[in-house]
Parts: sequence; C-alpha cells; structure tokens
Amino acid sequence: MDIWISILLTIATAATPLLIAAMGELVAERAGVLNLGVEGMMIMGAVAGFGAGYLTGSPWLGVIAAIIVGVLFSLLFAFMTLTLATNQVATGLSLTILGLGLSGMLGTSFVGLPGVRLPNLDIPGLTSLPGVGRLLFGQDPIFYLSIALVIAVAWFLFRSRTGLTMRAIGDSHTSAHALGIQVIRYRYLAVMFGGACAGLAGAHLSLVYTPQWVENMSAGRGWIALALVVFASWRPWRVLAGAYIFGAIWIGQLHVQAIDLSSFANSSWLIYQPIALIKSLPSQFLSSLPYLATILVLVLISRNKRLTMMNTPASLAQPFVPER
Amino acid sequence: MSLHEGAANLLEVRGLTKIFGSLKACDSIDLGIAKGEIHALLGENGAGKSTLVKMLFGSLEPHSGEILWNGQSVRITNPGVAKKLGIGMVFQHFSLFEALTAAENIALSLDDGAPISTIAAKARALSYSYGLPLDPEALVGDLSVGERQRIEIIRCLLQTPDLIILDEPTSVLTPQEADKLFETLERLRSEGKSILYISHRLEEVKRMCDRATVLRHGKVVGHCNPREETASSLARMMVGSEVRTVERPPAEGMNKAESLLEIVNLNRRPATPFSIPLKNINLSVRAGEVVGIAGVAGNGQGEFFEAVSGEVLQQDKASVRIRGKQVGGLDITGRRLLGAAFVPEERLGHGAAPRMKLSENLLLSRHATDGKAFVGTAGMIEGKAIYSAAQRIIEVMDVRKSAPDPEAASLSGGNLQKFIVGRELDRKPSVMIVNQPTWGVDAGAAAHIRQALIELARNGSAVLVISQDLDELFEISDAIAVMHDGELSQKLPIAEATYEKIGLLMGGAEPGHAATAHATETAEVA
Amino acid sequence: MRIELVKRPQRSALFSMLSPFIAFVLTVIAGAIMFALLGVNPAKALYAYFISPLTEVWQLHELAIKAAPLILIAVGLSVCFRANIWNIGAEGQFTIGAVTGSILPVLYPDLSAAYVLPLMLLMGMIGGAAYATIPAFLKARFNTNEILTSLMLVYVSQLFLDWMVRGPWRDPQGFNFPQTVLFNESARLPEMLSSGRANLGFAFSIVAAVLVWLMMSRMLKGFEVRVLGSSPRAGRFAGFSINRMVFFAFMLSGALAGLAGISEVSGAIGRLQPTISPGYGFAAIIVAFLGRLNPLGIIAAGLVLGLTYLGGEAAQATLGVSDKLARVFQGMLLFFVLGCDTLIHYRIRIVGRPAPAADTLVAQEGAH
Repeated sequence: MDIWISILLTIATAATPLLIAAMGELVAERAGVLNLGVEGMMIMGAVAGFGAGYLTGSPWLGVIAAIIVGVLFSLLFAFMTLTLATNQVATGLSLTILGLGLSGMLGTSFVGLPGVRLPNLDIPGLTSLPGVGRLLFGQDPIFYLSIALVIAVAWFLFRSRTGLTMRAIGDSHTSAHALGIQVIRYRYLAVMFGGACAGLAGAHLSLVYTPQWVENMSAGRGWIALALVVFASWRPWRVLAGAYIFGAIWIGQLHVQAIDLSSFANSSWLIYQPIALIKSLPSQFLSSLPYLATILVLVLISRNKRLTMMNTPASLAQPFVPER
Repeated sequence: MSLHEGAANLLEVRGLTKIFGSLKACDSIDLGIAKGEIHALLGENGAGKSTLVKMLFGSLEPHSGEILWNGQSVRITNPGVAKKLGIGMVFQHFSLFEALTAAENIALSLDDGAPISTIAAKARALSYSYGLPLDPEALVGDLSVGERQRIEIIRCLLQTPDLIILDEPTSVLTPQEADKLFETLERLRSEGKSILYISHRLEEVKRMCDRATVLRHGKVVGHCNPREETASSLARMMVGSEVRTVERPPAEGMNKAESLLEIVNLNRRPATPFSIPLKNINLSVRAGEVVGIAGVAGNGQGEFFEAVSGEVLQQDKASVRIRGKQVGGLDITGRRLLGAAFVPEERLGHGAAPRMKLSENLLLSRHATDGKAFVGTAGMIEGKAIYSAAQRIIEVMDVRKSAPDPEAASLSGGNLQKFIVGRELDRKPSVMIVNQPTWGVDAGAAAHIRQALIELARNGSAVLVISQDLDELFEISDAIAVMHDGELSQKLPIAEATYEKIGLLMGGAEPGHAATAHATETAEVA
Repeated sequence: MRIELVKRPQRSALFSMLSPFIAFVLTVIAGAIMFALLGVNPAKALYAYFISPLTEVWQLHELAIKAAPLILIAVGLSVCFRANIWNIGAEGQFTIGAVTGSILPVLYPDLSAAYVLPLMLLMGMIGGAAYATIPAFLKARFNTNEILTSLMLVYVSQLFLDWMVRGPWRDPQGFNFPQTVLFNESARLPEMLSSGRANLGFAFSIVAAVLVWLMMSRMLKGFEVRVLGSSPRAGRFAGFSINRMVFFAFMLSGALAGLAGISEVSGAIGRLQPTISPGYGFAAIIVAFLGRLNPLGIIAAGLVLGLTYLGGEAAQATLGVSDKLARVFQGMLLFFVLGCDTLIHYRIRIVGRPAPAADTLVAQEGAH
C-alpha cells in the first residue's frame, strides 16, 4: 500500500508541471494562438523561480518571480505575433531558443547551489491519515493549484461569457472582428495566461520537483505539454488525464532505472523476470520512452482526420491583421 | 423627401471618404436615410458599397467626412458603438462561428450578459414570430446558408436596431426564400424601422425600395426613386455606359453531338465535418453545349467541382468520363492532358497563388499540358516563353494591370478572373468546367467572360458552368440542372426552364420531379 | 497609443533586402545594452565578440568550420520552410547522419581506401534522410503534427548516440571514456588549405547552397515547393501533391543535415562522442530565416551565426562572460529578423488615441 501511495505521489509531482503548462497553452490555443515557446517560458520560469527563491530565501517569492518572468516572456511573443503579425511557429521557436540561452546564461552562477523547496501541505490530523492522507492533504501547494486550475479553466471556457468570446475568436477572428470584439486584446490576455502558467510550471520544477538549478532542466516538458493539448483535443479534463499518463511514464522509467534488482531476488519468478528484462534494456532507451510515447499518442489522436478538424480551433496559428 | 432635410433623416452621411493605399474606395459620399424607409444602395462589384457600410458599422475608419445620427454628429469607432446607436448589420460574408451553436452566436453580439438559455428562448420566439424559424441549439457549421442568414437576421433584430443594413442578402437565397425575406423586410418597415438594402439585383430593388442611391467607382452618381426607373436605366446609372449584352447564337445539331463530359453515378463521402456528401450524380455535356448548374451556395458545388476536376480522385473510375475515357482514377493533371480545363470558385489561393506573378500563375495550371513549351530539359523553367504567353492572354482578355507582370493579388477581382479564365481558354480545351465564372466581377468583365465561354462551346467544346447567379445561367446556358444537398436534378433545356421552376428545385423540391413542376405550371397557364 | 499594420499593395523590395541587416544592427545594439547591464564595457565586449574572432587567418578557418554545418542544414530547412513544412528536428537528423556515417570507420577501423570517405558521406546522408522520413511518414499517413514529432526525435537520437558511444561502439582502448575509436586518415575529411583546419565540409555547404538555389529559382520542382508552401490549394489545383512534397522536403533536408553530421564527425571532431553539436540543428533554423530562406542569403547568414559561436567562446575567454551568450544572441537575432520581416508586407503606423471632440458624446457613451 505504502509503496503505491508513494508512487502516486511522485507521479503527481511529475505530472503537475506538464498539467499547468498545458493548461496555459490550451487557453492560448483556444483563442487561436499557437505558442511554441512553452519550453522557453518554462525554463525561464524555472531559473527565475530558483534565483528569487535562493536570493530571498522564500520559495513563495520564487513562485511569484517565475510567474512574472513567464508573463514577460509571453508578452514578447504576443507583441511579435499579435502586434507585428509575425509567423507564430517561427516566433515560438525563437522564444524557446532565447529562453534556453538566456536561462543558461543567467543560471551559470546558480549551478550546484542548494535551492529552497516549497513546503508540502501539512494539516494536523488530516495529512497523517493512513493511506490517502498524504495523497490528499500532504502535497505541495502547486499541486492543489494545478487541480484548481483545471476546474477554473473548464468553467471559464465553457460556462463564462468571456470564455465563449475566447472560443469564438479561436474559431474565426474575422467574424469576431466584424462583431466588434477586440480580437488582439483578448489574444494578448490568453497568451499572457499561457506565459503565467508556463512560468509557474517552471517554478514547480526548480522549487518542488528538484529544488536546484540544472541547465535545460525542463528537458522537453514544454514540448510534451504542447503535445498534451493536441492529445486532449483542446479539452481541459482530458489534459488532466494526459498529464498523469505522461507523469506515470516519466516516473516509471526513472524508477525502473533506479531499482536495485537484488532486492527482488527473493520475489517470485513472475515479478523478477520482467523486471530483470526491463533492467537489461539500456537506460537511454528507458529515458527516451516519454518522447516516444509522445509521438505514439500524437499519431493515435491525429489518425482520425475528421475528428481532429472538428476539434482544432479553426483560426489556430493564422495571422490576423485587422483592416481599419 | 430631399437630401437637405437633414433633421428628418435617421442617418445622414456627408462627404465620407475612405482611401486604401492609392485607391479611393469611397469618395466623399453623401447619403440620407429616412425613418421607416427601405433605401437601396446600388452599385457594381467594386463600386464601394461594402466599404461604405463597413464605415457605417464601425468596422472601417473613414479618412474624412461626417456621420449624423438623428441629426447629431457621431463617430462610430467600432461595431460596439454602432450597435449602441441602434445600427444592426447582416453581413454578406456571414460573421458567424461555425464551431458554436446558433444561440452562442447570438449571445456573442448581445452585451446584456443574459444566460444562453434565456437568449435561446428569446431567439426562438422572435424567429417564429417573423416566420424565420431557427433551432438555437444547432451547430452553425451544420446549417445551410439560408439558415445561417436567418441567424444573422435574428441576431440583428434582437438588438432592436432602428437601422438595419443588409449586404447582398438575396445572393445566397432561392427566389422563393428571397420572397419570404422581402415580406419580413416590409413588416419591419411597417414597424418604423429603416433599412439600407445593398444589392446589384435591379428587379428586387425596383420591387421593394423607396429610394435608391447609386454608386460608381466610389462616387455617388445619382439618387432616384427606383419604382420610376426601368431596370436598364438603373443598370446604365450603375455601369456608366450601355451594358454589353451577351449573345447566344443557337446551337446547331447539338443533339447529335457526342458527349465530351459524362458524370455517371458519382458519389462522394463528406471529407470534412461540415462538407456535403455527393449522391448519385448523373450529367452529360455535349460538344457545343453550355450546361449550367444552379444551386444555393453550400449544396455540394465545391465538392462536385473537386471530384470532376480530379483534385479529389474517385473510387469508381467510370463515374467521371472525359471524351469517353474513364478518368475517375486520374488526377487533375491527367484530366488536363485529356483536354479538360478548370476554373475554381476562389480566385486567390485556389485558382491563383496570390503572391506570385501572373506568368508564374500561368505555369500553375499549364506546366504539364504545355510541358515542352514551358518546362525545358531537366525541369528548368522557360521564363521567356511563359512570359510571352502570359502577355498574349493579358491582351486577348483585356486584363488591366499596373505593371508588366504583377502579382495576382494586386489585380482587381474582375481582371484576375479574366486572366484565370483566359489562361484556360488559351489552351482551347475540349471540356471546360467553371465554378462561379463571374462572382464579384464587374459587369464589363462579366460580359466578356460569359461571351468567351459561349464562343468556346460553339466552337465545339463542352462547357459546364456552376453558378449561384440565376441571371447568369439563364443568359449563357443551353440547359440548366440544379444542385441541392449533394444531389443533382435532371437538366432542363433552357426553353423549358423558368426562374420559378429552378427556384423550387434549388429549395429542395424532389429533383426527379422537375418534370412534374413543369407540368403543373403548364396546367396553370392553360 | 497603439501600433497598426497597414498592408502594402506590393511587397517591399527594399525591406526584403534590408531586413536582415536591420535585424543584425538591432541585435548588436541589444547586445551592447546587455553587456552594459552585465557590467562589461560594451565597446570592448562587442569588439571581442564580433571583430577579434576575425583578425587572424586560422580564425577564419574556424569560422568556416562552424558555418559549414549551419549552412548545409539551413539550406535544407529553407526548402522545408518554403513549402510550409516545419522540420524542427534537424539536430536529430544531424546526429543520426553522424552515427550511420560512422559505421565504416568504427566497425572497420583499419579499413583504408579511397572509397571509404565517399561511402561514409553517402551513408550519413542516407541515415539523415531515413530519420527524417519518420515525421514525414507520420504527417503524410496519419496527419500528425511534424513540429512535435520531429522535435521529439531529436531527444531520441541524442539518447541513441549516447548509448552507442557508451555501449556497443565504445573504444576498448579508450580508458572507459564514452567515445569511439579515432577515425583513421582515409576516413577523415581533408582540409581545404594548408593555412588552417577548415575542411571540405565548407565546400559541400557552398555547393549545396548553389544547387538548391538553382532548383528553387529556376526549376519546376522549386516552383512546386513555393506554390505548395504559399497556397496549398492552388498547389493542389496545379496537380502537385502535398504528401509527396512532405516526403521530398523532409528527405532533402534530412540528407543535408545527415551530411553535415558526418562531415562534422569525420572533419572537425574525428570520432563519435556523446555531444557532437553545439545545437547546430536549432541554430540553423535561425540561419534559414536570417538568410530569408534564400540559399545564397543563407551562406552569409551561416557565417554570421558561426561568428556568434566563435564570439561566444572568445568573450568567455577574454571577458569571463558565459558562453551561453551565443545562444542569447542567436535567439535575439531570430526575433529581430522575424520582426523586421513584417516591414516587407506592412507599413507600421503608430496611432495616438483620437482626441475626444465635443460632438462625439453618443459615441463616447457607446465606447464605455
């Protein structure tokens, strides 16, 4: 029992940054903006979160700094693609390239330093409940935030009037403009929300997941978050499911790599043999599983062309220049 | 009522001007609309009608000039302002969201923040009271063009406007649906609303409108009472000169001519969520004949064009035959090599690449058919030969342009269409299939294109014209078939076709019963 | 105040030419500001970064070494991007090309013959092209987004290389270092001149750029690429196949990236090791855009980007700033290029808030 709880806990920790970043991107894409800079915003959030946390000693200030930096970085993207109508794909890529470079440069002096960690929740009486106690009441604050985020985004997009407007803009910016909706203003907000989420996801990496600064520590999670949005057909609850599947894959391969085979020496043949088999695979193969899994789910989900067309926001990644 | 009674007018426009680059789209326009009148805004394509109404609705910003609302000067900086004032608009190219429901679409333009269910109930009630029933829960993408227009109209009416602007509303309706719309407009007038009615269809303007303002090349060329004018006097005002009529010499011995294009039991499944399946289409076009396909937009014409042109291949190879050969499995290049030529509906982005020069756009459809002349050894492009061929087409079709070899996007719609049609005619194709030959084209260019199509047929080619413009089809066709919901009626010889019959078929009367409709009518006449 | 774009009737030939230069100047200015913020004298820093790496002949050779893979990859990517196909995985195709090209010298280290090197280059190209076929196939067959798949394959390829050099291909006499045997002389790319290290890889890149330029501007195939990229429906109307183009563009760019990979390994490095590229595959994306997707422009752009690598190393040595600076410069450069490209199709107008006039009362109310 305990081992399963602790596996679930680590899965949640691995899934949380994916979930948050994907949630932000989902809102941006629902408004018709494809921001491929998630990886860049996330890594900037991670370095800012670590730096601010380390320098002030307060992980909370780290979280705030990460969100601010994420928003600022997304503003750069928004200015380029929305105000200057540049190609969204290329601009998103350059945001990622810039983010990876800038974070590496800013983080040079942080390498190897001990970071601060956001404390886990501890509610007397509840957290110590046997079994589910730690799972429900003993995780890090950002975990709870991520779940709240899913509920909030789902409500916002499908129950609120502003969310309806966002979806309308994503469906047809020309129609929205003809009706007098301020397309660019809404899109700025959507992109900034995406930036805030990516920054927060980065903070989770450097303040919870591994409280230290390692160059390129996002390790492609931003890209996986982008894939999750496609996988989830732009629906918030499916992003939640997808993030946890990927969290499980991510954790699974790490666990297998770390397992000490000798501790299973006395187990039954049925358990020992499969583990031995997996252990005999090169560690690099296990490490590549999350990336291969991403490709696999993308293929599975996009195979049905009709369904994909039905779900994809129709004006996604289309440049928009209002005629005045 | 004269223009100078500014105070009595609901809306008054003085000296309104809009400039795009070097083009004066609207040149100091004066216009007055009284309370409770239907005011027509007449003009050819490109005369500046749409630009003017976009300024009135706040979508475009005027360069200079003044707008008075109830005698007060106003600045309509965005559509929100226009709505607040009491101006509603029904767009020509609908401003709807396909992925949302009708009710959600309506909610987006109301600012009261009422729950969707309330809005849906209101919309339903209003739509029935005006005899324009709609289902608020339906996804717009699944609806026909006529139903979409109803949503636009109901959405506009729910804002309780004093002035309703309708931009070419009947271009997407069958004659019968148009009649229904006219009843609605007359009822609105009787309720004291003003209507600005934009059209280039003279008969309906004469029938409905109290006053008319005529635009030409961005300028007001006259105000008149359309009821006192004739269709041809209105046309003269619009075009500025005598309108060239198209001549259709009688086709000799056509019944014996061989069928160059045959469609046999053509079926196609919908390729995208919102596209129309084609059901069992049969048609043949003989040498020397122009056959028209009528139909309201979105009834499968685009899907049909793709299937016949070979942009999409058919499983059943025998379902399309060109000059007797089964070509269902041949792609567009293969069909072109058999002597077929195609002109799609969309000029920019389909028939032509917008950012490429005209000479490059010539290569677009002829790199294979004129392979030896235009493409040399090792796939090198013969620039000189292509350039001179392009110049030849430009001359024959009288294409007006600003540079020797301009980008396609820099030409006006009419001139680009003349080039695209000319590009195919230049090959002297034996089968020519054209979708919307003169959509959005000025009268002069339209006449030129129509005449050229008739001449091609009379010289022994088979010509198939898909169009939503019934006047056009009656002008050039030897026979007309009607497409509705992916099905095609039998073709009616032009001598037997009437607007009424074709209109009924467009509205979905049983395709097989075209003959019945005909019989009933003859009986009534008798 | 807001910024508005006003569409030009025709694309501006002037800005089409100027935009890379403006972008470069803006990058230098931004770099100066950044140096000042880091507390380094901007003039000195910019000199160290952009001028000092060009002062000696051997340094020019180093520049050619850095520029060669950038140009080779970017030339291939330019065809993809022109066709509106987003191959982001050139880094992976580079890596796999390096691995497949190294099969001969690693498995037969004593093989010494004139055919060894050409065969290696060919196998590198085949490997790169084959790896690029994966995202092409997934896109053509399953409609899968090629941006994400090609990028994921970069991570996979790097892990694969890591496994190869630590596992099956590790040099038995290599003191357990994760690397293969050093390639013998006949498996090394020869140097071009006696004055420095620059090898044939640079010549390959120039030849590739000229050939692709010829294809893009003079041949029907290039026309096909441009039509399908700018208006896919018009391309289909012309009878061109988008799926075939996906394969063509991916395989061409994959082959060139693979050639760059094996050239780098058999030229500058001499053996396989866990890291063989300082991000050439990603920097080449910048090179492609900086060269305005024109193969001849890409030659110049490749040299500029190569300079940012050398400048980064030089600045680290003389000023003690992080060599990550090169990545920052590259990112900024791409931003500025994309921004400046807007000027080709639009004029930029800055609009102040319209002053409210007395008679606009109704409209003002409406705006609230």
